[in-house]
Amino acid sequence: MAETVHPAEQAAHGEHHEEGWVKKYLFSTDHKIIAMQYLFTGMAMGLIGAFFAYVFRMQLAFPGMEVPFFGVVSANEYNSLITNHGAIMIFWVAMPVLIAAFGNFLIPLMIGADDMVFPRINRLSYQIFFISALVLLASFFVEGGGFGGAWTAYPPLSANAAYSLTPMGATLWLVAVALEFVAFLLGGINFVTTLMNSRTKGMGIYDIPMVLWMIIIASILFMASVGPLIAGAVMLFMDQQVGTHFYDPTRGGDPLLWQHLFWFFGHPEVYVVLLPAMGIVADIMPVFARKKLFAYRTILWTAIGTGVLSFTVWAHHQFIAGIDPRMAHVFTITTLLISIPIAEMCFVYIATLYGGSIRLNTPMLWALAFVAEFLIGGVTGIFLGASGADIYFHDTYFVLAHFHYTFFPIAIIGTYAGVTFWFPKMFGRMMNDTLGKIHFWGTIIPFNLIFIPLFVLGAAGQHRRIYDFTNYPMLAEPWMQDLRVLATVSLVVMLAFQLVFFYNVIVSLVRGEKAGKNPWKSNTLEWTTESPPPHGNFGDQYPTVYRPPYEYSHPDREEDYWPQNLPN
Amino acid sequence: MSSAARPIANLRSATGIPTGRLAVWWVVASEIVIFGGILASYIMFRLAHDAWTVQAANTNTTIGAINTFVLLTSSLFAVLGHANAVDGNGKRAAFFLRLTALGGAIFIAIKSYEWYTEISHGFTITSNTFWSFYYTAAGLHALHVIAGAVILLLIARDAAKNLELHRVELIGIYWHFVDIVWIFLFPLLYIAK
Amino acid sequence: MIETWVEAVSTYARDVDNLILLIGVLVGFWFILCEAVFFGFIIKFRHRPGQKAQYVTGEEKSQKRWISIPHLLVLVCDVFIIVGAVQVWYTIKQNLPEAEQTVRVVGQQWAWTFVHPGKDGKLDTADDIALVDELHVQANTTYHYLLESRDVLHNFSVPVFRLKQDAVPGRTITGWFNAQKTGQWDVQCAEICGIGHGIMGARIFVESPDEHAAFIASHSQAAPVAVATASGR
Repeated sequence: MAETVHPAEQAAHGEHHEEGWVKKYLFSTDHKIIAMQYLFTGMAMGLIGAFFAYVFRMQLAFPGMEVPFFGVVSANEYNSLITNHGAIMIFWVAMPVLIAAFGNFLIPLMIGADDMVFPRINRLSYQIFFISALVLLASFFVEGGGFGGAWTAYPPLSANAAYSLTPMGATLWLVAVALEFVAFLLGGINFVTTLMNSRTKGMGIYDIPMVLWMIIIASILFMASVGPLIAGAVMLFMDQQVGTHFYDPTRGGDPLLWQHLFWFFGHPEVYVVLLPAMGIVADIMPVFARKKLFAYRTILWTAIGTGVLSFTVWAHHQFIAGIDPRMAHVFTITTLLISIPIAEMCFVYIATLYGGSIRLNTPMLWALAFVAEFLIGGVTGIFLGASGADIYFHDTYFVLAHFHYTFFPIAIIGTYAGVTFWFPKMFGRMMNDTLGKIHFWGTIIPFNLIFIPLFVLGAAGQHRRIYDFTNYPMLAEPWMQDLRVLATVSLVVMLAFQLVFFYNVIVSLVRGEKAGKNPWKSNTLEWTTESPPPHGNFGDQYPTVYRPPYEYSHPDREEDYWPQNLPN
Repeated sequence: MSSAARPIANLRSATGIPTGRLAVWWVVASEIVIFGGILASYIMFRLAHDAWTVQAANTNTTIGAINTFVLLTSSLFAVLGHANAVDGNGKRAAFFLRLTALGGAIFIAIKSYEWYTEISHGFTITSNTFWSFYYTAAGLHALHVIAGAVILLLIARDAAKNLELHRVELIGIYWHFVDIVWIFLFPLLYIAK
Repeated sequence: MIETWVEAVSTYARDVDNLILLIGVLVGFWFILCEAVFFGFIIKFRHRPGQKAQYVTGEEKSQKRWISIPHLLVLVCDVFIIVGAVQVWYTIKQNLPEAEQTVRVVGQQWAWTFVHPGKDGKLDTADDIALVDELHVQANTTYHYLLESRDVLHNFSVPVFRLKQDAVPGRTITGWFNAQKTGQWDVQCAEICGIGHGIMGARIFVESPDEHAAFIASHSQAAPVAVATASGR
């Protein structure tokens, strides 16, 4: 491989020719097509995950009812629905959309390159991801049904078919998760290498848009944390299918080993999906506030610090799991310390708004909602990180509401922010802003009405993963049931409003106003090329970068933006 | 992939490190944590279970030592292959790569014999958690050896025609990594008794 | 805060509630402050025609102060929370006061077995009283529980005590509680344990000394039968 920049950069890419539909859209190596594949697969899986949520919420609000489009929910099905709702939303929605779709679409465009460094590995990554989704879906239809041991898959329940009663479901689930990990390892290597090596001329490390930094840090976090869980998954697979006893305490194994391996990955995983969403918000806010991002370097180093710290907090998920009680003190301290960088990032976002000229277009509404809602998720986490309070809150709906207030802003709000913002670049047409706002309010208001009642129920002692609370006298009180109904009804309303989004997408694709190169008057490089960008992205001339990405409303300049590629 | 289809992104080098080498180091990094996870689990278990020494006494240190020697020798060939690739001598580089792959094959053959003996003596993967770790960790490593040997042969085929010589170095890095994993496995599974 | 919904029955329940209140006040303050400033900025700095946004890099010391000072204050709040959390945790989980009575709590798919000491007040004797899904304890008495599991992970959770502890197969985990009020409340399993996880509830009966003595007396004859049922499951 050449040690220096290839001299023939301008001349290459004459050979791009028209390809057949199948080759172009199904087996393409073009990063933009692969991004779309990830985006649409992720959204389709999101619909499945949302359907699962609808089914089990209906069962909770109206126990024993025949749920429309599903039927009566058995205890077995209930467990399987909640397990796979969690797994799907994290592994098959948040990760593919936030990291893979936006990473694939944005990295080459924002650094002024024509593609990823390894396009075929990129395609392979998607293909493995796609197979992993198929394996997961297949697991619902095997004998005994889908795996129902919660997305954390704690052994011995997950390790032994005699306990889980899902002999095939548990193994297929595990294989699907492992395949997904492989897909993201391949993707991550590609992302990191591309960002490190393929930046266009003039782009120094502080000229990289924040969203790319966040995706890269997330990819590195993922690579560094998932290894032990892959090892753990191999051991769990052996326990399930070969008959080893790694996690079987009666035969010299230890079930807590899995918990350590799982959460050593599981906690950094939260930041793996959080950081890209924070990056998307960091890229949208300056555009619509016409304001430079406050303290770029502070955000960057804070994100790196968060990443490092996230490896030291995992056992706060296991305070009462039977670990040495003295360890809880250590993990309480590290957990509360991690609130510092996250608080700092929120402060920085708020500071970015100061002195701005804020326009409330749909992408900006989503970005602002991310900050407002994520704050709730952040502050409620403190209750759970403090060991003494966690004794009460552990495994209640308080935990559930807490992490939905983090994951919903991440996976749903972050995604909608990114999609509405980059839609013009992806498809060349503007989205309808009015429909966008209807969809926004129709999502945000019900979202809060779902999860605020669940905070209350959790504080009132309602514990998780129970398919019918009428078995518990203390949890069967009418006011509690009313709150459950409120949450379920809000969920149905929220899901109904998603139709507005899909309608908006279709209508805008057909009739939307042509976007032009740079509809938002934004600075970063993806807005310097056609919308949608052609194969090869920048034609013959690759842009050169002259300045950092967030030079909005610079006093030396008449225009209130200053694209990175303009010499002056 | 032929050079012509390679994207411009692949030809740039903002860090000054060739893209392929950078990627292989990231592959190695992500593999380190996988083996790190399994070995850390093993060490924790081993410290908690003194009784495992009885089981560990049944591993065959001599065969383990021979295999260590085989693998180290193959790494030497990988280095010689790289040296020839740097000089532009694809034919000799391919020759050494094939020798490296042969080393991997001998390693697997010896390992098969060793496992056959152990299994026939009743030390199977399910007989004790020590043996579960023994077979799982060494098995995972053996899969890496097999995959590495296949890639070595593929690269050797190209190198013999003087194509893609930079890949000789890349597979070398990977092969050394596989080697080093064994350097950890050998004392932990065989010598510690 | 919590007592509005769930009674505080154990000696340490109030400690947990107070810790939750402390955290609630501290994070509530920051939360309201942040949201107020945030929405204030959105309203104040709305786009007006002809008005350009300010150019603030946020890289200078005088600007960073707006981040770093609140930042330090958050750290101070964290210290208070850590101290509170450590104290409560120590009381409940790390410190083990002398036991006046001991019960064995055994989780299995999908029921709890509670083994009470019989008349002799000692466990593992012939007069032990083993009951399924019913735990009887005497008020104002320090109990040790010996928590075990026969199959998968379970979690012995008594919300009114503010007590939770995982039951891990292959281990016996010892903890304590001291109930202050008589009455009956829920016991939950708070760790998913398979298909019947949803029905793995039990009841705890906190009794006055007289009631408890009556309970022991009434079960003393029936005890062998109860043990047989429990072990037969």
